[in-house]
Amino acid sequence: MTYIIKIYFVTCHMGGTFIKRGDSMAKIFKGRVVLPGNIKGEAVVSHSGVNILASFQKSALKKAKKVVCADQNNSELYGKVLTDKIMCLPKTIGSTTGGMVLESVAKLNIAPSAMLFSEHIDSLAAAGVILTDVWVNKRIITIDKLGDEFLEYVKTGQTIEIKEDGTVIVE
Amino acid sequence: MDFKMRLTPKEIEILEGKHGETLKKALKSVVLYGETFGAEELVDITGPVHLVTSFGIPILEPVFDMMEELISEGLLTKEKFTVDPRPIDYENVKANLLEKIVFKIMYGKQKEYESQLKKVGLKDDNSFTCTCYLPEVGNIPKRGDILSWAESSAVVYANSVIGARTNRNSGIIELLSGIVGKTPKFGFLTDGGRRAKWLIELKTSFLPNPQVLGSAIGMKVMEDVPYIAGLDRFLGNNLSDDVKDYLKDMGAASASNGAVGLYHVENLTPEAVDFKRELLLKDYNTYIIDDSEIERIIKSYPLMWKSKDAKPSLCFIGCPHLSLNQLKNWTEKISKELEKRGNKKLKVNTILCAAPDVIEEFKKDSKNYEKLISSGVKLTYICPLMYMNNPLCSKKAVITNSNKLRTYSTARFYTDDEILNYIF
Repeated sequence: MTYIIKIYFVTCHMGGTFIKRGDSMAKIFKGRVVLPGNIKGEAVVSHSGVNILASFQKSALKKAKKVVCADQNNSELYGKVLTDKIMCLPKTIGSTTGGMVLESVAKLNIAPSAMLFSEHIDSLAAAGVILTDVWVNKRIITIDKLGDEFLEYVKTGQTIEIKEDGTVIVE
Repeated sequence: MDFKMRLTPKEIEILEGKHGETLKKALKSVVLYGETFGAEELVDITGPVHLVTSFGIPILEPVFDMMEELISEGLLTKEKFTVDPRPIDYENVKANLLEKIVFKIMYGKQKEYESQLKKVGLKDDNSFTCTCYLPEVGNIPKRGDILSWAESSAVVYANSVIGARTNRNSGIIELLSGIVGKTPKFGFLTDGGRRAKWLIELKTSFLPNPQVLGSAIGMKVMEDVPYIAGLDRFLGNNLSDDVKDYLKDMGAASASNGAVGLYHVENLTPEAVDFKRELLLKDYNTYIIDDSEIERIIKSYPLMWKSKDAKPSLCFIGCPHLSLNQLKNWTEKISKELEKRGNKKLKVNTILCAAPDVIEEFKKDSKNYEKLISSGVKLTYICPLMYMNNPLCSKKAVITNSNKLRTYSTARFYTDDEILNYIF
């Protein structure tokens, strides 16, 4: 799908770059590509570390059609649908099983479509997305090091476009 | 696919699929994982292999599929491995019917998974413990050995007390590294990655509880390396059994309350003895721990019980698993306390956790073993975390002397002396 970006003016602010797309403003961030891909989707945002096991385990156990976040300790994500969403987070936390649970939900076709990390990706998440890619043959597009400003700017429900060079456009 | 890492001709051959599709996937996973952390090359694993994933939870279906693929290709780890503890031991850790149903759902694939572990290189049926480095278990690295471990309490012990080199890897990555015999060189595998960003100045008037000191350090430095000064005032400069036990528990607390993978203790741990304060990075931070700080840390622990005044129904001691020395010490302490109080049995169901090999060795000392068992204490090889990790058991009023168990469950933390008060 071709997507034409009409850039009317550009200004630098808080680490990202503002552009105008149609009648509204968007902001561009650039991160490091862990697993590349192009996608457009809806953001779900957590400002605290995401416990993958606690968030995904219940839906994976039930083999649900969608992952609904079950981590009661994460008030931002609890009860929200994570399937096919673009997760925006600082890092993942918790059990070393977390990465493997990502593989499980990917195999059930209910994984998030992308994970955008403001910090350097942690070892649990890195293993999770890489093992999913190599062994389950499903890609969770992953970009890290997007910076604190990214996480401050992005809001749940916003549309995000990711490009394979690590560009992230928040509309 | 282009890789950023410097690869040997043999590694390139494997990644081109010339040695089979499965080995290619195993190496590709390790290489991509390493590149994520800036590794420029792979290095040979020179020490023992230990895995973190010991439980057959049905949701880990892709892991079971991967294991089948490895087995069908005849791929084994280069060395026989140990793995974290089993989740269930109904003989010593009782469960009611409802709990058994929950465990059956949670660990429904345990038998099949253990069978898969055996086929890819599990050492033996006794190899289930988080303390593989204990002499009775015998999966012990040497100083300078390159490892690829993921169990956080074992990683921090191997790096700090033994002076081996392993990163805090993720589960499965350590298995695949064990299969290809290589691990990416970054972080704790490099001299630079082992230098300390924090100077911890211990200024207490007493030797702090290791679980609390580790917790304080972990919560302050998170994943950074601390250099701890002042602890040798209490521990001396000899790595005796008691000192190693202290460091084991302190490390596990620092790794779970924070994410510490390596610490140095002045005049005590191998690299601190050799390099002293040269290990400190130029712009290090300082954290002073005194009596009031220890008190503040203990008071900061939230109580997760539904009924705050509940009477404890269960006590777990041994997360990470107890050493033989610790088992003997607890037997001594419990027996003395029973005698002093004129009790015959404990009031709270108390469970000590240790490696199967350690328990076997302890049983050889029949006098001590009988003394412990006759007091009502149960001895098990399970992981208390796996026991607690379900909606039924997490509602119980469990007490523990483990800061790791406190962090990852609803268990309430008490010091050893407080535990002794509660269980009688």
